[in-house]
Amino acid sequence: MKRRTFLAIAPAGAIAAASTAAILTSETPRATDVAFDALPDAGTGGFLNSAEARMVGAAFDRLIPADDLSIGAVEAGCVTFLDRQLAGNWGHATTRYRLGPNEPGTPEQGDQSPFTPRDRYRLGLAAMASRAHTDHGKDFADLPPQTQDRILAAMERGEHGADAKFFFAMLLQNVREGYFADPLYGGNKDMAGWKLVGFPGARYDYRLEIDRPGEDLKLAPISLMDRA
Amino acid sequence: MAAPKTRAKVDAVIVGLGWSGSLMAEELTRAGLRVVAVERGKWRDTATDVPPSVDMDELRWDRRRGMMQPQAVETVTFRNTPTQKALPVREWNCFQFGWNVGGAGTHWAGMTWRFNPWDFEVGTRVRQRYGTRETTPGLQLQDWGITYDEIEPFYDRFEKIAGTSGTAGMVGGQKRPGGNPFEGNRTAEFPTPALKDSRWMSMFRKTTAEMGYSPFTIPAGNISTAYTNPLGVRMGPCTYCGYCEMFGCGNWSKSSPQACILPALTRRDNFEVISETEVLRVNLAADGKTATGVTMIDAKGNLWEQPADIVVISAYQIDNVRLMLLSGIGTPYDYKSGMGTIGRGYAYQTISGASLFFENERFNPFIGGGALGVQIDDWNADNFDHSGLGFIGGAGIMGFSTGGRPIGMADAVPQGTPRWGSAWKRAYRDNYQNAATIFNQGTSFAHRDVFVDLDPAYKDRHGQALLRVTFDYNENDRRMAKFTMDKAAEIGRKVGAKHIETFNSAAGANTPYDQRSTHTTGGAIIGADPATSALNRFNQSWDVHNVFVMGASSFPNNGGYNPTATVGALALHSAKAIIERYVDERKPLVAA
Ligand SMILES: Cc1cc2nc3c(=O)[nH]c(=O)nc-3n(C[C@H](O)[C@H](O)[C@H](O)COP(=O)(O)OP(=O)(O)OC[C@H]3O[C@@H](n4cnc5c(N)ncnc54)[C@H](O)[C@@H]3O)c2cc1C
Ligand code: SF4
Repeated sequence: MKRRTFLAIAPAGAIAAASTAAILTSETPRATDVAFDALPDAGTGGFLNSAEARMVGAAFDRLIPADDLSIGAVEAGCVTFLDRQLAGNWGHATTRYRLGPNEPGTPEQGDQSPFTPRDRYRLGLAAMASRAHTDHGKDFADLPPQTQDRILAAMERGEHGADAKFFFAMLLQNVREGYFADPLYGGNKDMAGWKLVGFPGARYDYRLEIDRPGEDLKLAPISLMDRA
Repeated sequence: MAAPKTRAKVDAVIVGLGWSGSLMAEELTRAGLRVVAVERGKWRDTATDVPPSVDMDELRWDRRRGMMQPQAVETVTFRNTPTQKALPVREWNCFQFGWNVGGAGTHWAGMTWRFNPWDFEVGTRVRQRYGTRETTPGLQLQDWGITYDEIEPFYDRFEKIAGTSGTAGMVGGQKRPGGNPFEGNRTAEFPTPALKDSRWMSMFRKTTAEMGYSPFTIPAGNISTAYTNPLGVRMGPCTYCGYCEMFGCGNWSKSSPQACILPALTRRDNFEVISETEVLRVNLAADGKTATGVTMIDAKGNLWEQPADIVVISAYQIDNVRLMLLSGIGTPYDYKSGMGTIGRGYAYQTISGASLFFENERFNPFIGGGALGVQIDDWNADNFDHSGLGFIGGAGIMGFSTGGRPIGMADAVPQGTPRWGSAWKRAYRDNYQNAATIFNQGTSFAHRDVFVDLDPAYKDRHGQALLRVTFDYNENDRRMAKFTMDKAAEIGRKVGAKHIETFNSAAGANTPYDQRSTHTTGGAIIGADPATSALNRFNQSWDVHNVFVMGASSFPNNGGYNPTATVGALALHSAKAIIERYVDERKPLVAA
């Protein structure tokens, strides 16, 4: 067979990958290097300024606090995780349909705003900061935990408006991602999130374990980083 | 833009190289035809793109949908009723389109169902058994023009290519223990034996059997043992890795075009794949009765024409209908007059069920497979008497173990639990081993006011109209979902759950952000009558006879099952007709 991508200029890796045709049963030797874009992109960060990072950290540590069960979100690296995500494709909403017109719709039609996650964080954090100053005369990060909790709960319930409610959902989504994603993305330090619930991580073979239903398997978690 | 460059003419051009396109390409090239497949996404292969060194990454493949077609490439617009204004579905949603060689068949879950014989003949069978007593106004119930028995050999062929694991319930007219007693008759057992039970599956199996139901292992494209398929391609045993639906498979264990077809196909000299190239439209001859080929655009924005004697559209349900409309094939459906066929018969999947919470269990939920589960069909299709119920159809009720990925499970705590803070952490830790789901995958029937057409306002990146989906659940399907939801709750009580929370997607208005099912169907349906179907029983366009359209777009109604084995069987059935008849006759295979 012939394979063509009409890409006149492709990165060297792409050509190498393209030349390894998929012949699984033949005697033909074939390269099995991973394709140039198959490796995960851990990201670099650099979006949040220090005040924003401090504020996100304060909020994250209320959403997933340090306690007798496990370390908190900041120590687990969730702010680092978020900053890398915001600096990368996710932050820029590269996959989102962004053509207009942007018109408000029904709840069933979902978010119609033109905002990217970067916009949401920049605007959402600014709104939280000014509310903390107006209501309490302090930075959000310097408020007592109970006050922080009250503010977050009000955002969650929609009492601070639709945008704040949306932003809260994003904060919660991201802190959970940071806490439970593979450590290669900057969070889940020492696989603390996986240890909390007993998830064995990046394992790929449970053929023996399926024959031990209901047993405590005592499997130590492993990360994709261990395989690099 | 520069005029398109023209490529050499071929016997057949295939638009989209997912399951349907790959099956079609395999059949046509084996018969000696010269075939070019055009695929919008990239070349993707097991060893180079989803090996076990990168596959177990929940953030990348599941949360960020690393393998799926972004909305920025193409999305649909959505509204619940014809009087609303449709708006684009901007974010990741239930339509989890593939866009690589292999299509969604690379990241699917692998439940490999045959539809119930009743599903193919709802028009006749409902009329015979219930008249109009149980049906609600506006339903478009009609036969497929092909029966289960006629399609059976092609199901068999699909299963053998896919290596499907399962326990047969009915072979050669004989019931088999442990299988689905309601399934249509089979010519053969499954090619590989059923997968093993997880802890949760064995509980579901035991309880439903005690309740008098007939539980059986779901037929799976996560194959249970090493296997060589009829194309000579070898597959490996599933490792129950739990990174399956939304992910590729690094073990050559998930039935997919990559694992089952492409290794054989790519060795043929009469086959060519053009990837990262999108078909914009099918070109028609001056009289509009035949197609001359396709126009496509490559990743650099260059236009090309690919002339061909036969055009196979296998671009997934949504894009199949969209390409037909963009190309002027057939007459668009008009819901007011009921005339026209392209866009008619759109349906979805009707989901309800129950979330269960146990105490002191240890499900080890991370042990899983996309198709790993036990099901009962006692409340599916027409397997029970609907007299007095006010609906037709039903749902497969399953207890599955697809995996316990920790970002996705973070909300699997009983309602009323805080969603953050130490209380949530404790609840999540306690429930991670104690949560299970009963999932009802229900039928969906076409309705007069549900359809797809071209959106008047929103365009894709190439300036072509998006497809507009007008959908909400009809009264029939809402009643069915509630009925089966109550059955799920009853099983939950009997199985000993401490806490049960029912769910019902059809309780309110549908939204694409309810992601319990990806299965869209219809819009270019097959049938016996050109007034109410877009394609004949060979998936051939009634209007343009050298255009064949493959995919769940062909279904006049959706069964209480996942669609792909039926998609595959219809493609194989169509391929046989093309090879054995169409290449000689070059005319409609069914007189209009
Ligand atoms: C997460 C998930 C789980 C699923 N689980 C199951 C399951 O358990 N059981 C089951 O039966 N089904 C399941 N499905 C559904 C299954 O994936 C589809 O039914 C099946 O893949 C459809 O095959 P197809 O060939 O019609 O389309 P696809 O496999 O979607 O292939 C269509 C191809 O066409 C390409 N294309 C589209 N437009 C163009 C164009 N204009 N030009 C060129 N190329 C184009 C696309 O890029 C794509 O590669 C699941 C789907 C998802 C998303
Ligand atoms: S569960 Fe089985 S089939 Fe699915 S990805 Fe893992 S090994 Fe492959």
